[in-house]
Amino acid sequence: MLEKALTGSKKYWAWIILLLAVIAVGFSSYLNQWNYGLGVTGMSRDVSWGLYIAQFTFLVGVAASAVMLVLPYYLHDFKRFGKMVILGEFLAIPAVIMCMLFIVVDLGQPMRIMNVILHPSPRSVMFYDMCVLVGYLCINLIVGWTTLGAERKGTPPPKWVKPIIYLSIPWAVSIHTVTAFLYAGLPGRHLWLSAIMAARFLASAFAAGPAILILLCMIVRKVSKFDPDPPGVGAIQSLVKIVRYAMIANVFFYILELFTAFYSNVPEYSAPLRYIFVGLDGHSNLVPFMWTAVVLAFVGILLLIFPTRKNGKILPIALLSIIVANWIDKGMILIVAGFVPNSFERIVEYTPSLNEISVTLGVYAIGILLITILYKVAISVREEKDQ
Amino acid sequence: MSINRRQFLRRAGMVAALGLGGSFIVTGFRGKKVEAASEYQTGQQGLKAKHWAMVVDMSKFKTEDDFNRVKEVCHSIHNVPDFGNPKDEIKWIWKDDYEHTFTGQQNKYLEEHLIDAPFMVLCNHCENPPCVKACPTQATFKRPDGIVAMDFHRCIGCRFCMAACPFGARSFNFRDPRPFIKEIQPDFPTRTKGVVEKCNFCVERLAEGLMPACVENSKGGLIFGDLDDPNSEVREIIGTKFTIRRKPELGTQPSVYYLVGGDEHA
Repeated sequence: MLEKALTGSKKYWAWIILLLAVIAVGFSSYLNQWNYGLGVTGMSRDVSWGLYIAQFTFLVGVAASAVMLVLPYYLHDFKRFGKMVILGEFLAIPAVIMCMLFIVVDLGQPMRIMNVILHPSPRSVMFYDMCVLVGYLCINLIVGWTTLGAERKGTPPPKWVKPIIYLSIPWAVSIHTVTAFLYAGLPGRHLWLSAIMAARFLASAFAAGPAILILLCMIVRKVSKFDPDPPGVGAIQSLVKIVRYAMIANVFFYILELFTAFYSNVPEYSAPLRYIFVGLDGHSNLVPFMWTAVVLAFVGILLLIFPTRKNGKILPIALLSIIVANWIDKGMILIVAGFVPNSFERIVEYTPSLNEISVTLGVYAIGILLITILYKVAISVREEKDQ
Repeated sequence: MSINRRQFLRRAGMVAALGLGGSFIVTGFRGKKVEAASEYQTGQQGLKAKHWAMVVDMSKFKTEDDFNRVKEVCHSIHNVPDFGNPKDEIKWIWKDDYEHTFTGQQNKYLEEHLIDAPFMVLCNHCENPPCVKACPTQATFKRPDGIVAMDFHRCIGCRFCMAACPFGARSFNFRDPRPFIKEIQPDFPTRTKGVVEKCNFCVERLAEGLMPACVENSKGGLIFGDLDDPNSEVREIIGTKFTIRRKPELGTQPSVYYLVGGDEHA
């Protein structure tokens, strides 16, 4: 089926070339990092994880969110998502691959990555994270490819794939739970040392992921003859409800964090949150971003509660607000602020370097390229059938 | 019973997958961690203990030189580079003030000279080291004598240990350290860029029957011994004097104890 990605309009190829160019720039920045070391990034002894690990965290959520289509469709026979499920699975695959790439570019010694398998460490959460991510990638590749292949032939998907589909549901939850455990189990990082971390991760993932998926569906509608949500089906509006409630849950969980930290008034717990919202000892790099996220989160939720959600022009704005709010929270602030104040209660701030941003964009471009290719295959199969 | 090509391939594939998975389970989890990773064998003359621990007697650290002497000998014998900037900084043992070393323990009435009183800080060689738990390759491991050691050649540079350490004891080689080492000591490995490092309680010296370099150069300010031995000096001090540890509430059980106001001891 992959050959379908090799034929396309001029616009399609222009888009591919643009992505390849961004990848090339990112790759050359990575070579620069490879030669010099991670010193080319903004990370330091005090803030030892930055943009890369934050993107990893955000994208694990995007990958996990495919379950919001798979679960209703396969478990509850919710037929509305029939045409969209494959797009969810084909979003999960590039998202997991981007996660892995962000881990690799963050390693000081990437050549030694196989040590994780050569010397497996069952006490390390990172070991489990590797297991669940690789497993999730395989599951989605197998499920996506076989169901689409069967559809192309006009046959129902083979029986053996059903158990794998069911397995993908708890597995999706596991990838984001384990990712939250990476942070939530560390004794000295008070911003992360929270029982609600995994729950909040899932809530924010189930808001941001489906929101991205809806936007992708809108693009698919524009650029192809295939409509993932034909008139009268209402798949997108069903997904909008999921986005809305997930985002409300996410904001609620965040408020729980704020209450515990500020009402108990334990200094270690409130310090990183103070740093995020009002700045600490004159350091306030993240404050404008956090408040942007707060405003966008509430704007997004309100636009999705009121009938504005049915307006074709306002809906993308609402979804973008939610995506950006989640990205600022998870893809930027959460990881960095976990290190502020540092173990000595000193404040060392972090600003990503240009080289780091370029590598990050390169990885995103690889992911978008993969999405383009996979979606192109899926769309072509559907267009073929509809003719 | 005959099978066709497709069935044969499927069964062969299943057998191969089972075999690979099984061999991984058998070899993967075998306890090869400590032997494989430790680089130093304790010989006949080597110092042995069940739980190495250190007491920092603050009454012996008075002048700037008391601190620098200790830091310099450690950093020079271990090929610790000096980049001259805090972003890339690598340190094994260094000085910080009371307020930041013992976070959350000061009160607002303390006079400035007490808040700013300098303390020697280093890896705490915790009994329950969070860094060891975090490490996905067992490049950081706890030896049977309680020392938390590192295999610089196994470390993949993921820095999970740095996030896990509540004491800021770990440093990362953000760039090639070798050009920044004043004088390379051939007895101890230099590091490559992209790996984490920290104090190792001088395992390489203990193996040769020598006390840690910082202890030797501290003029009695650092006392080192076996906490498991009821007759050791460290045990006597910790058992009979008032000592404090950094962040004891986290349950990591640091093996570095600070004796404050311990003038009468010696």
